[in-house]
Amino acid sequence: MSTGIEPGDRVGCTYAGKELEGFYITERDGKAVIKLDSGYNLGIDAKILTKLRTQAPRPHSAKKIEQDESLPQLSIVSTGGTIASKIDYRTGAVTSQFEADDILRAIPGLAKIGHFSAQVPATILSENMTPAIWRKLASTVCDEIKKGSRGVIVTHGTDTMAYSAAALSFMIETPVPIVFVGSQRSADRPSSDNVMNGLCSAAAAVSDLGEVSVVMHATTNDDYCAIHRGTRVRKMHTSRRDAFTTIGSDILGTVDYPSLDVKLSCSAARRKEEGTEPVLNDKLEEKVGILYFYPGMSPEVVEAFKGYRGLVVMGTGLGHTASGCIPALRSLVKDGTSVVMTSQCLNGRVCDRVYDTGRDLLNAGIIEGGDMLPEAAMVKLMWVLGNESDPDRVAELMRTNLRGELGRCTPNGL
Amino acid sequence: MDYEKIGLMAGIEIHQQLDTAEKLFCHCPTTLRDVDERCGEFKRYLRATESEMGEIDRAAEEEMKKQDRIYTYYAYDTTCLVENDEEPPAPMNPEALGLSLTLAKMMGMTPVQQVHVMRKLVIDGSNTSGFQRTALVALNGILPAGARIESICLEEEAAQRVEGDTFSLDRLGIPLAEITTGPDMRTPGQVKEVAAYIGMLLRSTGRVKRGLGTIRQDVNISIRDGARVEIKGVQDLSLIDEVVRREALRQQNLVEIAGELKKRGASVGEEVVDVTDLFKDTGSSILKRAKCILAIKLCGFGGLVGKEIQPGRRLGSEMSDYAKKCGVGGLFHTDELPAYGVTAEEVKILKDRLAAGASDCVILVADTKKKSECAIGQIKKRAAMAFDGVPEETRKMLEEGSSAYMRPLPGAARMYPETDVLPVDISGEYWDSLELPELITNKEKRFAGEFGLDESLARQMAYSSKAGLFEEAVSKGVKPNLAARTIYSTIRELRRDGVSTGRIRDEEIIELLLAVERGSAAKEAIPDILRAVSTGDSVSAAMEKIAPSVSEEELSAVIAGIIEDRIDFVKEQGMRSLGPLMGVVMKEMRGRVDGKVISEVLKKELQKVL
Repeated sequence: MSTGIEPGDRVGCTYAGKELEGFYITERDGKAVIKLDSGYNLGIDAKILTKLRTQAPRPHSAKKIEQDESLPQLSIVSTGGTIASKIDYRTGAVTSQFEADDILRAIPGLAKIGHFSAQVPATILSENMTPAIWRKLASTVCDEIKKGSRGVIVTHGTDTMAYSAAALSFMIETPVPIVFVGSQRSADRPSSDNVMNGLCSAAAAVSDLGEVSVVMHATTNDDYCAIHRGTRVRKMHTSRRDAFTTIGSDILGTVDYPSLDVKLSCSAARRKEEGTEPVLNDKLEEKVGILYFYPGMSPEVVEAFKGYRGLVVMGTGLGHTASGCIPALRSLVKDGTSVVMTSQCLNGRVCDRVYDTGRDLLNAGIIEGGDMLPEAAMVKLMWVLGNESDPDRVAELMRTNLRGELGRCTPNGL
Repeated sequence: MDYEKIGLMAGIEIHQQLDTAEKLFCHCPTTLRDVDERCGEFKRYLRATESEMGEIDRAAEEEMKKQDRIYTYYAYDTTCLVENDEEPPAPMNPEALGLSLTLAKMMGMTPVQQVHVMRKLVIDGSNTSGFQRTALVALNGILPAGARIESICLEEEAAQRVEGDTFSLDRLGIPLAEITTGPDMRTPGQVKEVAAYIGMLLRSTGRVKRGLGTIRQDVNISIRDGARVEIKGVQDLSLIDEVVRREALRQQNLVEIAGELKKRGASVGEEVVDVTDLFKDTGSSILKRAKCILAIKLCGFGGLVGKEIQPGRRLGSEMSDYAKKCGVGGLFHTDELPAYGVTAEEVKILKDRLAAGASDCVILVADTKKKSECAIGQIKKRAAMAFDGVPEETRKMLEEGSSAYMRPLPGAARMYPETDVLPVDISGEYWDSLELPELITNKEKRFAGEFGLDESLARQMAYSSKAGLFEEAVSKGVKPNLAARTIYSTIRELRRDGVSTGRIRDEEIIELLLAVERGSAAKEAIPDILRAVSTGDSVSAAMEKIAPSVSEEELSAVIAGIIEDRIDFVKEQGMRSLGPLMGVVMKEMRGRVDGKVISEVLKKELQKVL
């Protein structure tokens, strides 16, 4: 390749007995990718390319969006900007500067619901999320509410969205809705769920809701979104739009599309009186783990958590592990690890008083996790251990419902 | 028409469904279904997105004008989450890629070194994702007829429209080879010839889908002072030359209209006038019902809007097509009024209201205010284009070969890389390993020469999807003529007769033909035996039932009996009675014995009594 070919440059070569011309895009698996004038890309040996001319990168079409100041003040807090992202081969860069304008351009219609300010506490893939970033996210959200935001929309990758929603549920006592939203199908496709999810999340953010929630497609249709409680929601499908499901309770409400009518259930916490300050308690103990029990699991796996302050076990059925693992668990508890039992069944409540193994586990000092989702229990344990050191107080808090994560009764029909 | 004089240039794009086991980007079968077999449906919106160059495709933008863009999709137990746009695509089907490269090799093309899958933006609802996945696989070939092949792309088929905005997902994702020729054809006849030749090449692979809708031709046409127009969806090869003729005519007429407009100093009126009140008591039910009727004056357009530009189509029809993008039913123009319940009096009042003279044309649209305003905007746009002659457009073919406007020609902005599919390298070894199938035209010559089939049977057999079965039967010892007549004619006659010939397996046909060759079944019994096989009998059971084999003694006994009954006649006619008796015996044996055998035995028996 003649030197100095940059993405976006006009290049040419002789191939298949023809003069080919196009834009150089990038290098891929040892080939130069060029875009022909027909719009097709093809991969070609870089050595045969000649640069024809440098293409000056066109300025990003930065049309300013007019915002209506009379509408409710809303905040968009982005952790990665996925909902508005797209490849920019011409400049070779991904949109790095995230502003309210970017998302308002990506989702026309938002500007009719509120006037927005935007914050970007992190730009990461959601699988790279950490408790440290949860804390940064929580304080950013809290600051936005203190500045007068009437609702906060958190755009987030869907993979670990449920963990982050649970984390913020515990860390912030919020007077206004904090709504997590994302998209399962990328924003660069005409069929993306980003527009409907985005608009529904904004409708939830101006509604009477007063807690941390996740708003995503409720069905495979573009008909309505479900509002899920942050401590009760789980991603239950790798790719479908309606991947997010509330487990063990009813959803908090729905947002119809395209009318954007919000209906809240009576169990949803309501918005507090205007002017109520949010309370931030962002202490988290990070040395907490989660362990998925499986038949034949060696006690060594349990022992690997030695030194951890907390461990959530995903047991079988009503909350069991093999008897052979119980001594290792007993020894963890004895050394000061709080061990909470949840179930791989996800649906239903653990009960370690039915079978001998369960009783043995209780005797070993494990804490029954009730009907908490394993991930919510883990985040809760981090938060409880961040605030409490007395094992008995920890156990008591783990058995107490704090943010709707734990039901006293298991409802019919769910 | 002198096509050279008007500078006709035409090229074609052929879309052929490939007969692969699985779809292009998922593992579902490539089976078409009846809509009544659907097991679910869902509804989605689509919206135009920017290309990676930051532009919105003009064709997609036009589609966004449609107010209500919710689409319904039917799903089946043979479709999956990939068709539903609920799961990332599987890697590109290697069978389809191999087949498209085989086609490329047949046309002397060069494969690309690395295939990149693109998303071609299509937001008319025919793709759940809002794009059609497509990849350029080979470049630059040539046909014996002289036409250049510019490219072959491997694409996924779109969903089939059931009606309105409802689509069926069974067809979505079937692999399509898109073969694009250069704009090298100069007459309608050449277009037809090239299309037929490419069709023959495709069928020579024996691995393309057959039947209505499995092959579609798009034709690109322009004349010297016209513009490139793409006419989509020519399914019937016999109409392709007519489509070219009519488009050349349309372009010529539009060019003439442009000249006339300029000569007259025509212009498109700026002012849109609400004339709803004028038609309060009209006899036209459409106008009477309408919430809002808007009118616009086209100065100097009088007589030209109603001028026929190709059979059944006027400039007014073109404007109407543009207006329909806004969801209105159509338009009225004063070149065709009074009519449709609108009186001469009403036309006069209308023209007065708009201060329109005899050389002007007034256009009316009637619908909701929003739709009418949108439609008037579109009409203004199209009327302004009339000064330039022919707009670049994508059009759809109408029944007789005329065409209607669909959308502007899409540009490169509709292409976006498919980030979910990895590129595929085409190695030299792989390309070299691809074997070329025998061309049907060569096969036809071989069938006539080597096997002695007559010309028309050789041709029919070569083009038939059962050519392979024919060759197999011959190689196993069946006489070519018997094989060809059974496989081609007999089966076809049975099918026409309502027999489910699809249930007869190829091995069964060969088994039967071999039995005939051995003499254990008579040629005459073939149709009846096949009929029985189609209902589930084995070949041997069917033979036993229809034509149990007859020993020579049995045959002699039967023949002796027949002679006995007609002994006077036999005595009188002597050996001349052979002919008449032959018919009697044949009828009696109902195809259980070959005619030649009967004739021999009959001769022997006659000699005995004479």
